[in-house]
Amino acid sequence: MSASYDLYQEQILDHYRHPRNKGPLPDATLNARDSNPLCGDEVILHLNIDGSRHASEVRFEGQGCAISQASASILTTMLKGSSMADIEALDRDALLKKLGIPLSVVRLKCALLPLHVLRLALGDSKAVRT
Amino acid sequence: MAKPAKVLLNVPAIKADFPILQRKVRDRRLIYLDSAATSQKPKQVIDATSDYYSRYNANVHRAIYELGEEATREYEGAREKIAGFIRAKSPNQIVFTKSTTESLNVVAYGYGLKGKLQSGDEIVGTVMEHHSNHVPWHFVKDHKGAVLKYVDVNDDGTLRMEQYDELLTKRTKIVTVTLCSNVLGTINPVKDIVKRAHEVGAVCVVDAAQAAPHMSIDVQDLDADFLAFSGHKMLGPTGIGVLYGKPEALDATEPLLGGGEMIREVHLGRASWNDVPYRFEGGTPNIAGAIGLGVAVDYLTKLGMDAVRAHEMEVTQYALEKFARLDGVHTYGPKDVKKKAGVLAFTIDNAHPHDVASILDVEGICVRSGHHCAQPLMERFDLPATARASFYVYNDLEDVDALVAGIKRVQEVFA
Repeated sequence: MSASYDLYQEQILDHYRHPRNKGPLPDATLNARDSNPLCGDEVILHLNIDGSRHASEVRFEGQGCAISQASASILTTMLKGSSMADIEALDRDALLKKLGIPLSVVRLKCALLPLHVLRLALGDSKAVRT
Repeated sequence: MAKPAKVLLNVPAIKADFPILQRKVRDRRLIYLDSAATSQKPKQVIDATSDYYSRYNANVHRAIYELGEEATREYEGAREKIAGFIRAKSPNQIVFTKSTTESLNVVAYGYGLKGKLQSGDEIVGTVMEHHSNHVPWHFVKDHKGAVLKYVDVNDDGTLRMEQYDELLTKRTKIVTVTLCSNVLGTINPVKDIVKRAHEVGAVCVVDAAQAAPHMSIDVQDLDADFLAFSGHKMLGPTGIGVLYGKPEALDATEPLLGGGEMIREVHLGRASWNDVPYRFEGGTPNIAGAIGLGVAVDYLTKLGMDAVRAHEMEVTQYALEKFARLDGVHTYGPKDVKKKAGVLAFTIDNAHPHDVASILDVEGICVRSGHHCAQPLMERFDLPATARASFYVYNDLEDVDALVAGIKRVQEVFA
């Protein structure tokens, strides 16, 4: 397999085919949704923050390409059980490292959509479209 | 009329004219299947634009000196070539703009918003229009109180002509329609659409962005009042577009851009306008672009537009047959190539169009993915996005074979 097929590594395809933590979360304390107008990728994030300020439950909903949906799935696994301090500190480098794939500028938008939605959920009014 | 021979274009010779087709992408032959977005350029066009800058760069219509004379001659010569290409009666009916989008905005603004339209007058469009033939008319609705109506499409991607008849009323003042859909490839019966529009006293605006590059156009036969297209989709440079108009239609259109060139006299607080078409060409125009488009028109004319169309029908027919044999692959739009240009929107089960385009890119194949600036049409077919392959004079059956092999590769990855 050529190097450029690295985009569709087994981990990405696995999360795309078998998304973790996918579905609604009616009791969520934090929710946000956004879409990428270019391609219609959509990600909705739900977080349940408990009394000890940890994400006791995290779920996502959405539709779109393998990169955006796998990234959302992987992000939920990173968030679940984390403290608010860690969640707020989570940056793009951490997510991209976890994804572990080479991304063109256009596909970077797909990969970072879930992180953008997380920022919206955290109430960051400065969350910019990545 | 003589029956056309089967192979009409010498594709290897054509490919040799396009420098970009000689390059490799990741050590693979470049297979360019996105000409509906923008076409590649032959060296004749590239040389013509570079020649202008190298040898006779000067502003047009002003300079007294030799360079200016040459630039003006070539610029106006391009206008004449384009008039001939679409069989306009006079070069004065050809307005240079920057794009189809600008051409359509000139009409929506100058004829619709600032023209004779009254609140409550009706504009009939179709759901298969490109965003550039939707949004300018939204302005007319929002600022003038015009009523917008849309002709729907049948499931096979053709317009619902019986519904069109129902939408036409005495209040219909403008009908606007694409000659060829940039997603479905549908070639619309525009001559008939224009005729019916005229019967209720409406003018007809034709978006020919996807048609002008691929088929012979006769504006007099179509009887269109306005017709718009772009240079860059028909082997020409980017940043140059055309608006054709009947003299009475252009006369009834207010200019969009005020400035140099478009005036006859300017005084403090008032100005009188130049004649058509210069009235619509405020500011220094894209001189190199117009000259390059003129040479693109020469190139296409030499190939013969009937031969171009016949070639694309052959490639499209071949692609449709190959796609029909692929399980889990769906195509959209007419299946009869007599009603379809070389535009093939498709989806693959379990693979998002962006991923399809990414994997094809690895194979050196360029296709478009997304909503193709036609969101209302995508909604009509309940599709978030599709992939789209489009063909032109430099594509052949081998390119289709490569695409089909690439699609099988996509299916392996997403199996």
